Amino acid sequence: MTIAYRDRTGVGEAKSSASPFSGRAAAGVVVAAVILWLFFGTWPDWLTEALTSKKSFLSALLNGLTLAGLYFVVASGFTLIFGLMRNVNMAHGSLYLLGAYVGYEVATRTDSWLLGIAAGVVTTAIVGLAMQIFVFRHLEGDDLRQTLVTIGISIVAADLMLATWGGGAYQVTPPDALSGAITLPIVTGATSSGAAVFLRYPLFRLVVLGVAATVGVMLWLLLNRTRIGMVIRAGVDDRAMLSASGVNVQVVFAGVFAFGAGLAGFAGVVGASAFAISPGEDVHYLLASLVVVIVGGMGSITGAAIGALLIGEAEQIGLVYFPTYSVVLTFLIMVITLALRPRGIMGKPS
Amino acid sequence: MSKGAAKDGWSSSLPTRTGEIGLGQALLALALLAYPAIASDFFLTQIGALSLIEGMLGLSLTMLAGYGGMVSLAQLSVAGVAGYVIAIFGQSTTGVHSFDWPWMAIVPLAIACAACASALIGWISARTAGIYTIMITLAIATAVFYFAQQNYAIFNGHSGFAGVYAPVAFGVDWRAPRPFYYLTLVVAAAAYASILYGRRSIFGLTIQGIRDNERRMRALGYNTVLHKVVAWLLSGVIAGAAGVLLVWFHGRISPSTIDVAASLNILVIAVIGGLRHPIGPFLGALVVVLLQTFASDLVGAERFNTLIGLVFLVIVYISDDGILGLWRKAAPWLARADRTASSLK
Repeated sequence: MTIAYRDRTGVGEAKSSASPFSGRAAAGVVVAAVILWLFFGTWPDWLTEALTSKKSFLSALLNGLTLAGLYFVVASGFTLIFGLMRNVNMAHGSLYLLGAYVGYEVATRTDSWLLGIAAGVVTTAIVGLAMQIFVFRHLEGDDLRQTLVTIGISIVAADLMLATWGGGAYQVTPPDALSGAITLPIVTGATSSGAAVFLRYPLFRLVVLGVAATVGVMLWLLLNRTRIGMVIRAGVDDRAMLSASGVNVQVVFAGVFAFGAGLAGFAGVVGASAFAISPGEDVHYLLASLVVVIVGGMGSITGAAIGALLIGEAEQIGLVYFPTYSVVLTFLIMVITLALRPRGIMGKPS
Repeated sequence: MSKGAAKDGWSSSLPTRTGEIGLGQALLALALLAYPAIASDFFLTQIGALSLIEGMLGLSLTMLAGYGGMVSLAQLSVAGVAGYVIAIFGQSTTGVHSFDWPWMAIVPLAIACAACASALIGWISARTAGIYTIMITLAIATAVFYFAQQNYAIFNGHSGFAGVYAPVAFGVDWRAPRPFYYLTLVVAAAAYASILYGRRSIFGLTIQGIRDNERRMRALGYNTVLHKVVAWLLSGVIAGAAGVLLVWFHGRISPSTIDVAASLNILVIAVIGGLRHPIGPFLGALVVVLLQTFASDLVGAERFNTLIGLVFLVIVYISDDGILGLWRKAAPWLARADRTASSLK
């Protein structure tokens, strides 16, 4: 699952997971038990006092999970592109916003949410393909200029999108079957008559979570169980050797760039359905992708998942418990990670 | 970029460069000193002083990026720290904080705070290199912006501080256009001169050595992280001084002064001018400020970002060293064209 760069994957992992296996498994079981108990157990008074109420804490936790799912989808495209091509696409947030706007236009005109998703994905994939062919291929090997060009693109794109769609907020309407709230089998308290009160939560946010998990599993299958995935992993490890063995790396690059951009557009439409979108969201999701991959480790899909979980939860829990300082919490996670592991949690030394 | 810089950077052209501090720079200095004689108040402050201030911010980035190989997007955040210190400890009309300390106390304090903030950012990002530095500093700049916007206890949130003006000192009202212009000119010239001197100092050469090959410098026994952090500290002094002037120039500071677009603008300025020359950011700042001022006649004030973004894109795309790089590319071609023209006669 890890896309390690310049390192032989597998060897290091097998070693590290073999010896301390029992200790790690035990820790995992304990953590899982604590989380399950937090959700399904009856909270003692001191815990309720410390965390305001079970309901607000669990809602924050679930919101964090939803956001983490969205961050993961955006950041996995970002990290995939970086892992293979070594270029930081600073216009990734712009692709997210573009996908969301296009998805909104198509979904409201055709009344079909799925068509909106498809339009968002296809548009951003084509834009990504064009960026790879017209920009990155010409500046290959010059990391700094590639990054600067994407910054220029993001400035122009943000301004043009502002000109086209204005400063207002848009929301894509998800299909009826997926909207509304559902009752989760989680007891958050009791009414005066003693009947249990269950937690209610917007269904679509759970759908986002499911979609993100599906994307993660599909990505893993794609990278580890298909020939295309094999080619991509080989490219991550040694680009020159892959090229020498007869693979047209430029085609692989273009494909991966289009795929990563498409993921950003996909996340854009899904995000526009779960929350709303407005100018400035491009910077928000670019920043989220940056922090997620800095924390998780550049080029690693597993790292993106871990980073997204940490950042999504930190943002939402911070929002509930210390609103003015929630940004600082995200920032602290980044600094601590950099201090302990400069290349991120799953990052490997180059 | 370090590879390109090594090829035609300072180290390879050390002897010839000293000769250049001569006629060209003396003429430029004269022109800048005489500028107030011909310029209106608008051109003096809105174009002249602002270009010098933004050029200084660009210079603090050029110093890190050109000589140290560390491209920072947090220079404006560092300047913002200085600006907020001036607003919080000095005077403002906002009525929150504003301890009304004398300028002799708050200016050094502001610059010191900015330098420390810069050193802290440097320490966080010094363990990484290249594009990682861009990403981390962008994340830091965004975090600083959101923090200043959300926090009312210290930064007075969204509205920030207004009515922060340059003091009256030594019998001169430094707020007036002409004194303010000369103030920015002197500070900018000092920053420029310190870079010219510093790039040849042992410290400057060490930093350039770290840029070109950090592992080798570490093997030679240099504490590379410490050198990088000190470079950040020094660049923070320049950015902090620019931040003090910036808050006096605008008369106010709020989160929108240090938002992501404005931070990117500093990078645009430094890159447009040419990242490998201390004069580059001032040239870039002049181009950007002129575009900013007169863009409304060209494309309408609202589409300014598209214009500046496209200018930036085109320059980065065709030149690896900004306008100065374009000039160097065009010079032999022009000379050839000139020769052809004269041979035709």
